[in-house]
Amino acid sequence: MRAETLVRIENVSKTYHSPEGEISALQDISLNIAEGEFVSIVGPSGCGKSTLLNIIAGLVEPSAGAVYIKGQEVTGPTSLVGYMPQSDQLFEWRTIWRNVLLGLEVLNKVNSDTKLQAEKMLRTYGLYEFRKAYPSQLSGGMRQRAALIRTLAINPEILLLDEAFSALDYQTRLVVADEVKQIITRENKTAVLVTHDISEAISMADRVVVLTKRPGKIKNIHQVVLTCESHTPIGCREAVEFRDYFNKIWKELDVHAE
Amino acid sequence: MPNKPTISQEHLAYLHGKKLYRKRVVAAQILLLIGFIAFWEVAAALRWIDPFIASQPTRIVKTLISLHREGTLYHHIGVTVLETVAGFTLGTIMGTVIAIALWWSDFLAEVLDPYLVVINSLPKVALGPILIVWLGQGMRAIVTMALFVSLIVTIIGVYTGFSQVDENKIKLLKSFGASKMQILQKVILPASVPTIISALKINVGLSWVGAIVGEFLVSRAGLGYLIVYGGQVFRLDLVMASVIILCIAAALMYQLVIIFEKIVLKWQ
Repeated sequence: MRAETLVRIENVSKTYHSPEGEISALQDISLNIAEGEFVSIVGPSGCGKSTLLNIIAGLVEPSAGAVYIKGQEVTGPTSLVGYMPQSDQLFEWRTIWRNVLLGLEVLNKVNSDTKLQAEKMLRTYGLYEFRKAYPSQLSGGMRQRAALIRTLAINPEILLLDEAFSALDYQTRLVVADEVKQIITRENKTAVLVTHDISEAISMADRVVVLTKRPGKIKNIHQVVLTCESHTPIGCREAVEFRDYFNKIWKELDVHAE
Repeated sequence: MPNKPTISQEHLAYLHGKKLYRKRVVAAQILLLIGFIAFWEVAAALRWIDPFIASQPTRIVKTLISLHREGTLYHHIGVTVLETVAGFTLGTIMGTVIAIALWWSDFLAEVLDPYLVVINSLPKVALGPILIVWLGQGMRAIVTMALFVSLIVTIIGVYTGFSQVDENKIKLLKSFGASKMQILQKVILPASVPTIISALKINVGLSWVGAIVGEFLVSRAGLGYLIVYGGQVFRLDLVMASVIILCIAAALMYQLVIIFEKIVLKWQ
């Protein structure tokens, strides 16, 4: 019993042009993402994994191929997609409440309904008391939660996390990944995470997609099945299979210190 | 709060030492000023220096009092302050507007770049005679001068500030489907408020230069006029009195900008 396909990536390639020449970043990527699925994409640095995410988000146009979300071709940013850039990117001059409303403002969708929805999420995720605070007054974890609520406020079908936790220190990162995963599961969202952290990729995802060196092609896809009591990212790291996945993916990435 | 502030003896001693040091600095600052004025007064009284050329604190005070009695003092201060405020306000607003245009069109920015560099390195006071011919011998020429002195610096400073706004913040807005106008309103301008205010701080100083130089060239009123007039008729008391008022006015205006900054940037 498979869930319905939400995102269809069909033969996507991307070539970048610069005065020095052209660089082929992605080559012939095809991938289907099911509704409610959590997919991680890993690959050596510069393999175009962020480019792939930007193409799904409609921020970058593919040179060939196309991406379909709910059967509609992606031609530009839409509210079907919630994009989370590196680090939280909260606006320091806005209060948490006004940060959360940012996406709705841009989409011209601020109304009593959406506001109520955002307020509810702030309450659920323990930020309601901080709605009038400025981002600088919050801890790293709280900021990340606020950023996630900002993305969820536009009610997207799919969340794209672009190295979203890489700016955090290791301890905070583990906790935040845990929180984010729980919120995404609870809100029943589909998500794609791009990361260079193999453990993070395995512990959060249902499937891990491994890309090759530039130009990025799909090298392998791992269905992640872990036997662990609590299915949180931190709990999953305890599973006996975790090491096997880690070692396999590590070998596939083929990293050599130079 | 996780840890309650229990102050140890050592920390108290540290704080006390800090406070004491601060007091010493302020005391030294006041003493330096008093010492300088006293020395000036005595040196002139004992004829070590010629009070006709170097003036003398008591004579400056007398000049100030008589200017105050005549009522002309406030007129002169008002004229110069008005010219300066008009100069830096217009300079900051116009500079920001032009910077927005440059941000909007990369093509325009690249085309205008060499011209901005050349005009920036030109001493703007050299344009004085041209402005007088074009705009007449009055306040208009002086305000334009005060404006010109700060305009190019503002354009370059604010435009640089615009281009340094975090790419990821812009990307976030784009992912919501934001238009260029929305990007300008929601991230470029608010993120650049600190840059614009620091431009404002620089412009306050530059506009005083513009206004005073403008008054040197033309005008029948203002502190610059008093300074030039005093110099021409060898009334150094008048020149010194005007310079001191200028010092105080410039310092006060700078403080106002600092207060404005604190209000606008309360989120910092």
